[in-house]
Amino acid sequence: MADLSIDFCGVKSPNPFWLASAPPTNTGDQIKRAFDAGWGGAVWKTLGNPIVNTSSRFGAVNYGSTRMMGLNNIELITDRPLEVNLREMADVKKNYQEHVVVASLMVDTKAEWHEIVHKVQDVGADLLELNFGCPHGMCERGMGSAVGAEPEVLETIVGWVMEVAKVPVIVKLTPNVGDITVPALAALEAGADAVSLINTVKSIVGVDLDRMVPYPVVGDASSNGGYCGPAVKPIALHMLGQVAHVFPKPISGIGGISNWRDAAEFMALGATGVQVCTAVMHYGYRIVEDMIEGLNDFLDDKGMASAMDLVGKAVPQYKNWGELDMNYHVVADIDPKSCIGCQLCVVACMDGSHQCIHIPGMDDTEKKRRGHVVFPKNVPNIAATAAGAKAGARVPWVHEEQCVGCNLCQLVCPVEGTITMREQRKAPESITWNERVMAGTDLVPGGLDATRKARGLDAE
Amino acid sequence: MSGLDELPAGRLEERMKEKAPLYSRGEAITEANRCIYCADAPCVEACPSDIDIPTFIHKISTENVRGSARTIFAENLLGASCAQVCPVEVLCAGSCVYNTWGRPPIEIGRLQRYATTTALTQDPALLSRKKRPATGKKIACIGAGPASLAAAGQLALDGHSVTLFEKRRVPGGLNVTGVAPYKLFARDALAEVEFILALGDIELKTGVEVDDAAAKRLLTDYDAVFIGIGLGPDSLLGLLGEGVVGATALIEQLKLDPTLTFDDVRTALVVGGGNTAVDIAHELVLLGVPDVRMIYRKTESVMTGYAHELVAARKHGVRLVENRAPLDVVRDGDKLAGLRTQRMDAEGEQIFPCDLVVMAVGQSRLTGLAAAFEGVQLDDKGRVVVDEATCRTGNAKVYAGGDCVNGGKEVVNAAQHGKLAAAAISASFGAQ
Repeated sequence: MADLSIDFCGVKSPNPFWLASAPPTNTGDQIKRAFDAGWGGAVWKTLGNPIVNTSSRFGAVNYGSTRMMGLNNIELITDRPLEVNLREMADVKKNYQEHVVVASLMVDTKAEWHEIVHKVQDVGADLLELNFGCPHGMCERGMGSAVGAEPEVLETIVGWVMEVAKVPVIVKLTPNVGDITVPALAALEAGADAVSLINTVKSIVGVDLDRMVPYPVVGDASSNGGYCGPAVKPIALHMLGQVAHVFPKPISGIGGISNWRDAAEFMALGATGVQVCTAVMHYGYRIVEDMIEGLNDFLDDKGMASAMDLVGKAVPQYKNWGELDMNYHVVADIDPKSCIGCQLCVVACMDGSHQCIHIPGMDDTEKKRRGHVVFPKNVPNIAATAAGAKAGARVPWVHEEQCVGCNLCQLVCPVEGTITMREQRKAPESITWNERVMAGTDLVPGGLDATRKARGLDAE
Repeated sequence: MSGLDELPAGRLEERMKEKAPLYSRGEAITEANRCIYCADAPCVEACPSDIDIPTFIHKISTENVRGSARTIFAENLLGASCAQVCPVEVLCAGSCVYNTWGRPPIEIGRLQRYATTTALTQDPALLSRKKRPATGKKIACIGAGPASLAAAGQLALDGHSVTLFEKRRVPGGLNVTGVAPYKLFARDALAEVEFILALGDIELKTGVEVDDAAAKRLLTDYDAVFIGIGLGPDSLLGLLGEGVVGATALIEQLKLDPTLTFDDVRTALVVGGGNTAVDIAHELVLLGVPDVRMIYRKTESVMTGYAHELVAARKHGVRLVENRAPLDVVRDGDKLAGLRTQRMDAEGEQIFPCDLVVMAVGQSRLTGLAAAFEGVQLDDKGRVVVDEATCRTGNAKVYAGGDCVNGGKEVVNAAQHGKLAAAAISASFGAQ
């Protein structure tokens, strides 16, 4: 049994799984049920001056039969009186001392920031999270992502908070910026103890083509919202990786985390803990059981005694493109024992890659008609041997000399494990693009005359 | 008129439940999304009418239902009935790569029904809007079953005038009179006939028997003739009299005649081992006949009826008696008392007491009419000989398709013949 507990800015959490500030953390009752289900911490639905919400508020992106792979919302911060939230927060802290309660805050003026920080500290909040991320509604009032996108404003407000903060302060970053490291470093400069990222991505999830109104529909119009859920995970991981390279303090990872594997990936890329929202809105608090169990087994498998050992393990391996080894090369292998003959790999390679997967038994004329440009002499006639394969079924064949090792066929193959990428190095030694630039061997034949001239070379 | 008014209330088929009801939108999209959209898909290879199945299913998944129906109808104008009557288990779905994967295949028939039904509900003029300008050419189709309807529909879309000559009062052929009701109700088959008739300039003449003299007139009055007359009456193997009926005749009654009942039948014997035999046995048991047995002269392993249909029939109580060949009927006075059979696996005879004997051992060929056209040839089994790619007979103006050509196959095979013949007929006009 690995130790799942984490230390986040000196605050102990029984596990790295926190609920993000969102509808699942709207009330004390909800948070108590979440803690009972196993969540280690909860970031309270952002407190401030209560707002008024619209109806409807959520829109979703479905893909195939998968519902809600992306969710967007135009809901604002809490619509409940501050008094009520504070009373409930005190009650939660009293009854769940092992769990972490983070107060998410969003107000406007210095006086307001001072007042609200005092009030949440008085009821026992373990940490503060400054909501500089919300990209809809509040930003039109100069708060939320309007702050996160302006490093100077961000630094000023963090400064106000640090004047009165007695507990660690997390700055929640918006992804709606050109370079995420800029606001992260601004927060660091202002003395923040941690950052959390990403908040939601500015979005419109779709358009009602009958009413000609974007989703979610509010009467006869809509507004851009904040996008989250599994669809934004790659964007979040990238920004996390970038921040992890420059930000020396703890990071709370957010963005499409739905299960233990997602959480492990965020932690490997530099997050000390993670926050979850959409998956809970979809399936409920109960999903945390799988997250705890799965992470535990994973850590045991990898021989890691503590979840903290996982934090940042993949960060050094996230590099610039120019630092990648160009002599590394893989080619696709198709397993005749499990190929079902759907030929999705063939069509994907033909139209979307390098035309190197062949169907046995075709002459060169037919191959040309289908789009092949290179005609290998002997395409082996490999019989499909999957349990239900029809007699005479043939397995597509990869022309290795032409395979660029792009992975596309493996990605489209519906049968897990049927296509594998086999390592076939171009040379034993490593060579990166940056090294080629340094050595002056970066000019690839077939380029522009102007480039060669600039390098002091004759035209080709 | 397509004959919808020829379906009085109280027919036995109305008591049956559909085996595969129409999908709801959500069901269809979910199932469509299960399809992995194979390239060079084996389901297409297995479809006798060459429907681009992965494409029509993909279009369901994107909610392009009318496009999906266009993809289906482009190859098979009877896509709606084929969706329900095709033995997909041995055709498209039987070839689905999911079988290789050890998973249930895609419900291709049900998706096809969803696409065709939904699209035509949304837009009844989906196809007719795109029909070509009138050419002035006239084609006569003899018979108004699946082969003729498929041919007539395409010919009408190509701008020609078509007249269908049907000897029954109801058009639609076996789709209306012969398909097991739990697969396709007569009213739905007639709705499809309405759809075909509305595609263009098609006139339907029912209750018209084409005799030799009429056949000769058709050759002079029309620019081309399509023969889609199906098969003749059931073979009865010489067993005659009260209590002995032919299978297709009985199914037709069950679908059209409100006076038919099986209230007095306790034991019914179905003689035969083909799909018609399995179907009528299954129907009788579903209609409440307590004891239904198939009497087959060979063994299950060589039966021509589909294994999946026999499994379904057995689930409802049908029993198969192997190795018994019918000899004659035993009577108690005038009343049927039993069927005397010859044992094929041992010496001796066996009498099966029964109240009804249904003969499902094949149908005769309608050789006379085809032979009335000069140059049209029949093979030694009485089937009309045609060129495979064009369905043209030995007479360059005469085409044929469906059961009268292949001896009795599926609706989809008839639809394919009708399509090929229509294309060849239109091409022949173009060449002139």
